[in-house]
Amino acid sequence: MSAQFTGAEKQHLDARPAFQAVDATVAYDGTPVLDNVSLDVPAGQTLAVLGPNGSGKSTLMRAMLGIVPLDAGEVLLHGTPLRRFRDWRRVGYVPQRLTAGGAVPATVREIVASGQVAARRRLSLPSRANRQAVTDALKAVGLEERADDSVRELSGGQQQRVLIARALAGRPDTFVMDEPMAGVDAENQQALARAITMLGEQGSTVVLVLHELGPLERVIQRAVSLDQGRIVHDGAPLRPSGECARPGHEHQHPHPDPNAPAPRDAHGEIIRLEVPGSD
Amino acid sequence: MIELWQYEFMQRALVAAVLVGLVTPVIGTFLVQRRLALLGDGIGHVALTGVALGLLTSTSPVLTAAVVSVVGAVLIELVRVRTRTSGDVALALLFYGGIAGGVLLIGLTPGASNATLTEYLFGSVSTVSEQDILVVAALAVGVVAVLAVYGRELFVLCQDEEVARAHGLPVRFLSILLAVTAALTVVIAMRIVGVLMVSALMIVPVAAAQQLSKSFRVTMVLAVAIGLVSSLGGLTTAFYSDLAPGATIVLLALTLFCLSVGVGFIRKFRPRKGLSGPEIGTMPQTERGRRVTP
Repeated sequence: MSAQFTGAEKQHLDARPAFQAVDATVAYDGTPVLDNVSLDVPAGQTLAVLGPNGSGKSTLMRAMLGIVPLDAGEVLLHGTPLRRFRDWRRVGYVPQRLTAGGAVPATVREIVASGQVAARRRLSLPSRANRQAVTDALKAVGLEERADDSVRELSGGQQQRVLIARALAGRPDTFVMDEPMAGVDAENQQALARAITMLGEQGSTVVLVLHELGPLERVIQRAVSLDQGRIVHDGAPLRPSGECARPGHEHQHPHPDPNAPAPRDAHGEIIRLEVPGSD
Repeated sequence: MIELWQYEFMQRALVAAVLVGLVTPVIGTFLVQRRLALLGDGIGHVALTGVALGLLTSTSPVLTAAVVSVVGAVLIELVRVRTRTSGDVALALLFYGGIAGGVLLIGLTPGASNATLTEYLFGSVSTVSEQDILVVAALAVGVVAVLAVYGRELFVLCQDEEVARAHGLPVRFLSILLAVTAALTVVIAMRIVGVLMVSALMIVPVAAAQQLSKSFRVTMVLAVAIGLVSSLGGLTTAFYSDLAPGATIVLLALTLFCLSVGVGFIRKFRPRKGLSGPEIGTMPQTERGRRVTP
């Protein structure tokens, strides 16, 4: 990516935050889901957004990309208000999904190549660089051998990696990933962690919604915790210590039964991480 | 086959059948992927009002149907976006309005009868005029051009609307474009199979093709092949056996669908080495596997 910019230009571009949310408010049917959230994400930062289910993490991600309209406030992408932003090829988005497919079969390569839609001209055939970018994206997530298989034949974790490869294929420098690790087994989580680490090293901005830091712990430079649509923590990631820090410690965070009455301790995940002296 | 060409009406019918067989499965592939398989049905109902308007005002029914169904398609798309909860009810209202309006207007037309209505409800290849063919050909070129120019964006839109927004694609424009293209396709196919079965030619070949393919592109090409075989085969069979052409075409397409399911089924139990068997569904899949956290 950096090859496109001369040094001075890049510095100028980097001076502006990749994301800037100013008093962002989103309400669904009158209920605020995001409540006056202000957040700056400097270019090149790898940021984790944490919080319990329903805390507004995904909504914040969607609002930052204009997928959900704001009820109040403003979002700037690389210094440009969203509605005037045109440089969408710089953005790669990984949505929160269990499956990567539509109702019609599609191969892994087709889905991944569709990530270049913002970067390609109409009526153009894929160039050698386009094809190379798709191959590189498939390699980065370890799926190059499944390129011509239907995504439906893949496991849930593999489909999640297809979605990540799709975001990589357009060679953007700004990533938003909504729970990219969900449903991915431990081995593949390591592979994904390597891919995301690489993005950070290349100077890309990466914003991730995470359930827990897990294998990404070392990559995350900053963590923001949301609760009930507000930011309740913003700073260095809180690292687990004691029993939780023991290598090989098994994290178990079963999702609560959506039909069960809401647990009193809705902040369980945040509180558990706040072990004294952990910083 | 030679006898077929001795009749001028059959020459026109065959040309129309080729155009229909080519174009409808292409747009159908996008509709199935977007899980809007019934959109064509809805537009078909609205198109009937357009047909009646044409008959009443003595203009080309194909042209007025094109105009009215495009307006209907835009309305359907707007209703779909605006009223998330009661969307299907609002659509249903529009469908019934379309068909009732058609029946009412045809009743007002001097010289038109139930026979006229049946012609458009179930198709009537023998009455396809030269002007109809010209309009249908122009529409077919338009539909193919739209898909050639916007195909890549429409693929992303139909795959995942949220991702399309995150790519900065004009989602509303593309949605309306797809609906309008579908409306024009309905008008193209209307003369052959009738407004009530028009959607079958969009959906059934795609449903058949997806039993046999792994990729979007191959599904589309196979669907076009199945669509062509159905429309040409159905028309020829109907000619020689004196059957209703529209119904014959649709039943042939359904037969091909059943065959594809059979072939897909056999493949499933004889998976190739190193691959787990593909997941085969006999129905276009319903929305599944989407977690929503606000």
